[in-house]
Amino acid sequence: MGKLIGKEVSVAAADAVGLVNVDVIAAYPITPQTHIVEHLSELVAAGELDAEYIPVESEHSAMSVCCGSSARGARTFTCTSSQGLALMNEVVFIASSLRLPIVMVVCNRHLSAPIGIANDHSDIMPVRDSGWIQVFAENGQEVFDHVIHAFRVAESEKVSLPVIVNMDGFVLSHMIEPIEYWEEEMVKQYLPEFKPLYRLDPDDPITIGALTMSEYLTEAKMAQNEALKNALPEIVTAWDEMAEITGRQYRPVEKLHEDSSETLFLTMGSISGIVSDAVDQLREQGESVNLLKLRLFRPFPFKALKEAVGNARRVIVIDRAVSFGGPPGPVASEIRSAFYSDTNRPMISGFICGLGGRDLIPDDYINIYRESLLQTEGGATETEDILYGVKA
Amino acid sequence: MTTPSEFTWRDLEPGVIISDAGNSREYKTGDWRSARPVVDKANCIKCGVCYLFCPDIAITQAADGTFEADLYYCKGCGICEQECYTGCITMVDEEE
Ligand code: SF4
Ligand code: SF4
Repeated sequence: MGKLIGKEVSVAAADAVGLVNVDVIAAYPITPQTHIVEHLSELVAAGELDAEYIPVESEHSAMSVCCGSSARGARTFTCTSSQGLALMNEVVFIASSLRLPIVMVVCNRHLSAPIGIANDHSDIMPVRDSGWIQVFAENGQEVFDHVIHAFRVAESEKVSLPVIVNMDGFVLSHMIEPIEYWEEEMVKQYLPEFKPLYRLDPDDPITIGALTMSEYLTEAKMAQNEALKNALPEIVTAWDEMAEITGRQYRPVEKLHEDSSETLFLTMGSISGIVSDAVDQLREQGESVNLLKLRLFRPFPFKALKEAVGNARRVIVIDRAVSFGGPPGPVASEIRSAFYSDTNRPMISGFICGLGGRDLIPDDYINIYRESLLQTEGGATETEDILYGVKA
Repeated sequence: MTTPSEFTWRDLEPGVIISDAGNSREYKTGDWRSARPVVDKANCIKCGVCYLFCPDIAITQAADGTFEADLYYCKGCGICEQECYTGCITMVDEEE
């Protein structure tokens, strides 16, 4: 067992990066990710972490440096947030297409304009299709565990893909929580040495990122998509093996209570905590309701989701971003699409909540539950996602 | 070089890297040329300026010291014609 320590989650995330003995860190500070990079630069400056800390002039450069160092065979880390992620966007897609196992923590923050620094998921949804593995953490412990898990999965020979660990800005990044630190021995047992699939080496030259035209682009994208889908069993295996070491069992989709209920909330990230309070209050009032936490967003866990939903009649999806002009809730629309071909599909009821850090309390989720019941009272099977609590 | 029809998505290397360094030699860049450079060898002073300016490194020196384009790579840009000191290079339409 590791030690339980009271730590700010950002500091703990940085310590986890230190524990895996990362070789290269290239990052640009941006609120609310700042404490992670600050602490990493302190660790390097103090000689506690033998890594190259490269203070770049922008996030675009950060991810470019990460691609170079990862391609050279260095264990590589970066982290960013909001505008920073948007600025590095071009290179985010390159990292995954080149199968470079970079690990990035994204402190989720709302995307400008209007400018703001608080938490929602509008920064991460635009990179949904970037080809990175993506997980969401609910609390500090999950962030710590998932940084280590991310390196293990990314660098696995069968995967070789970059991983994003999403942690909500401020709600997690600036919170002090009790976190069980892993012992060095546990990390050694869990995370093998990084052996890249290919390596830039002057003595044995290769070309990466070469021109590919229509003759092979379809095949290249097929191969990339298959690689991401095939990462799923490795992600699960890495969670199972983590459970043997830490006793904490993670899954692609996690249920708050093991029983089956008529209505299910579905959440990603830190709001799962508040929603679970609402669910427990509703259950005390005799309502048949449960909570599903979607931990793995990419590759999308279709099978695990269907198993977890079972025969539920209604899934209330809580989105944290708006897809403008489209089906409004990006996660809700994915869940709908996952069930579309099923004859006995549940009604998917979407609510967009907590934009720009607006705090919701358990009563809000109880309201959402009641609103969702009203939607189906008239026999409706399709509903339009609702921006919850909009001042109208 | 493997032809496209023999190659499937499974045969691509991870990340579409090219592990066979230097195989750009096999890449035919001369298949969309609309005009080719023809050297009047009698007036070539063997200065090599055309060789220096060719953006595709398509020009090589022949045994007699004169320079000529390798049409497997030459894309017909006409830069050599423009730069040649003696004006001994003429671009000839491929359709002629
Ligand atoms: S036409 Fe252009 S590509 Fe062809 S040999 Fe001359 S300079 Fe090179
Ligand atoms: S630039 Fe003209 S003269 Fe000089 S080597 Fe080339 S063809 Fe000959």
